[in-house]
Amino acid sequence: MFRHEQIEINAGLLIALTLVVISVGGLVEIVPLFKIPSTVEAVPEVRPYTPLELRGRDIYQREGCFYCHSQMVRPLRDEWLRYGHYSLAAESRYDHPFLWGSKRTGPDLARVGGKYSNAWHVQHLIDPRSVVPESIMPAYPWLMERELDYGDIARRMAALRKAGVPYSLTEAEYRRNVERWGKAVADRLDIRRAEEALLAQAEAGNYDGDRRRLTEMDAIVAYLQALGTMVDFKKYGEAYFVQFR
Amino acid sequence: MVQTTVASAAQPYNYEIVRRFTIAALVWGVLGMLAGLYAALELSFPWLNLEIPELTFGRLRPVHTTLVIFGFGGSALFATSYYVVQRTCQARLASDTLASFTFWGWNAAVGLGALSYMLGITQSREYAEFEWPIDILITVVWVAYLYLYVATLRRRSQPHIYVANWFYVGFILATAILHVFNNLAIPVSLTKSYSLFSGVQDAMTQWWYGHNAVGFFLTAAFLGMMYYFVPKQAGRPVYSYRLSIIHFWALIFLYMWAGGHHLHWTALPDWTSTLAATFSVMLLLPSWGGMINGIMTLSGAWEKLRTDPVMLFLITGLSFYGMSTFEGPMMSLKSVNALSHYTDWTIGHVHSGALGWVAMITFGSFYHLVPRLWDTRLHSTRLVYVHFWLATIGIVLYITAMWVAGIGQGLMLRGFDEYGNLAYSFIETVRFLHWPYVVRAIGGAFFLAGVLVMVYNFAMTVAAARREAAALEAKLAAKLAARG
Repeated sequence: MFRHEQIEINAGLLIALTLVVISVGGLVEIVPLFKIPSTVEAVPEVRPYTPLELRGRDIYQREGCFYCHSQMVRPLRDEWLRYGHYSLAAESRYDHPFLWGSKRTGPDLARVGGKYSNAWHVQHLIDPRSVVPESIMPAYPWLMERELDYGDIARRMAALRKAGVPYSLTEAEYRRNVERWGKAVADRLDIRRAEEALLAQAEAGNYDGDRRRLTEMDAIVAYLQALGTMVDFKKYGEAYFVQFR
Repeated sequence: MVQTTVASAAQPYNYEIVRRFTIAALVWGVLGMLAGLYAALELSFPWLNLEIPELTFGRLRPVHTTLVIFGFGGSALFATSYYVVQRTCQARLASDTLASFTFWGWNAAVGLGALSYMLGITQSREYAEFEWPIDILITVVWVAYLYLYVATLRRRSQPHIYVANWFYVGFILATAILHVFNNLAIPVSLTKSYSLFSGVQDAMTQWWYGHNAVGFFLTAAFLGMMYYFVPKQAGRPVYSYRLSIIHFWALIFLYMWAGGHHLHWTALPDWTSTLAATFSVMLLLPSWGGMINGIMTLSGAWEKLRTDPVMLFLITGLSFYGMSTFEGPMMSLKSVNALSHYTDWTIGHVHSGALGWVAMITFGSFYHLVPRLWDTRLHSTRLVYVHFWLATIGIVLYITAMWVAGIGQGLMLRGFDEYGNLAYSFIETVRFLHWPYVVRAIGGAFFLAGVLVMVYNFAMTVAAARREAAALEAKLAAKLAARG
């Protein structure tokens, strides 16, 4: 007959049983998320971040923005009115790491793209209280002062490619991206021309309002303006997304 | 080599490593709580960000969480686990060198981590912000810790492994698994990597880690601490041996399922978060099993709560443990979570666990431990009472302020006017948060003041111990000289 004492006098047995008992929960809850196809909605228009947006996202991570701003709109009435359609899993499928956040000291940013002008973002980041007097956000004037370092952009994209993001490194991969998202987007997702694409987007977008310099502000505003803009929700009926829940 | 053998023979236990980790816990505790207090003040008075990148809230928050969880909590666990495993096995640690390695390795990881966050180097995973080189260092230290712990268990001079050690072993094993799988990443450079997983799978992995960092690092391990120091301080055996078996296995099994409750109403599939909520509710049972087993150990000796301030810390810690493990399952219900998630209620909940349970049980254990480690008596019992009341008032202010902030903001955000429009803009809720944030900072200041009182008390204790030792030596030398 089994007696618990047998475990108490055998360190090896204690360790083995503990390992078994603590492994079950994670295996049952996490592994299926990689295996069940409906975990991530089929929404083909979601694309990886462009080189400039990616650098902006790096800066967003560096400054710890996600500690106060979530990027995950929940299917609740007040959030629908405040932020828009609830977030899809597909919308963060290229987010390494995810930045859903856990706290809203400031508002959700999942759909902030296109909501404000570039000039508003620049002013708000340099001096938040000049546009929102009661804001408690820190000021980030250095974003406008620092030149954007994009020397290792190709290496960054190559690392993400290894993690599964479809940045193209070969002609075949590039052509697949053209088919999925069109030539204009595919050009920006090509690692071989990453610097070129980054400079072109900064030049065309002029996100920080200063054409003479390429600053960290350019990158982070480009990133913010891309958030939540990839899915055209008018194309899909509500019933479509519900089947994935 | 010869010297070590002589030292081991003269001293049955390695107390030196326990002393060093105890001091490290105190140093990180003060620094980490200072960072937390400053971050709290930044939320009350945003000009305190001073436009210095290294001091802005977004960079200071992980400094605070890392220093208090891994610096203070981690060092306290190393200290007490090394003490407990030696005392309960009646055996010296298997290797002094390896023990010393875990000390320097762990403290280097904590210090480098805090510095790197201030420089903006981070993985952006809550409570796992360390970039990959530090992750590797932590892994190596952890393997050494596991080896050392098990090797010492094997040297035990009696057949049974005492219950406190089960909890420490569970904590070491679970932390190893969580740390490795949550930190899988593709490096770009020494200071930057991208997570291997993305989106929903990354989120679930992170919160599987995040919740069990609470479940094993901040709960199971501190229960191990409780299972040694409460019976020792009470001078009574553990209330129920059977209960300790049941709640150990139930606790470590159920905790691992609960992480998904951090992702209610998100893009995580419903089946996962529902399962997580179900297990979170069940988790109430083993949690309270542990609390009851701890508190009831005092049955028949309740008068100690009046006479022994150390007991006061231990039992108050267990009471807060009971309270926050009731609040947790409640907040894991989807309907409650819809309101509480994203608000300061969560912050308050974490702190009722972290300040009320983790820190209080640690303070109690340290008050028991320090006089024994330095072989003397505590400098002042009165100061222990002062510390107790500063800490308790601080916690009550803190969590009350956060209930007001969290529930208040949650209700405002879902408020509608008679036309069905939103009743408040987001910034109106931010304005509402100002006073709760100020009160929270005051609560934190009380708590930190209590810790400073404890550090002073310990410093005086150690100084007195050194004086006594020196006087004793001088006396012996004089005697020998007189004979010679």
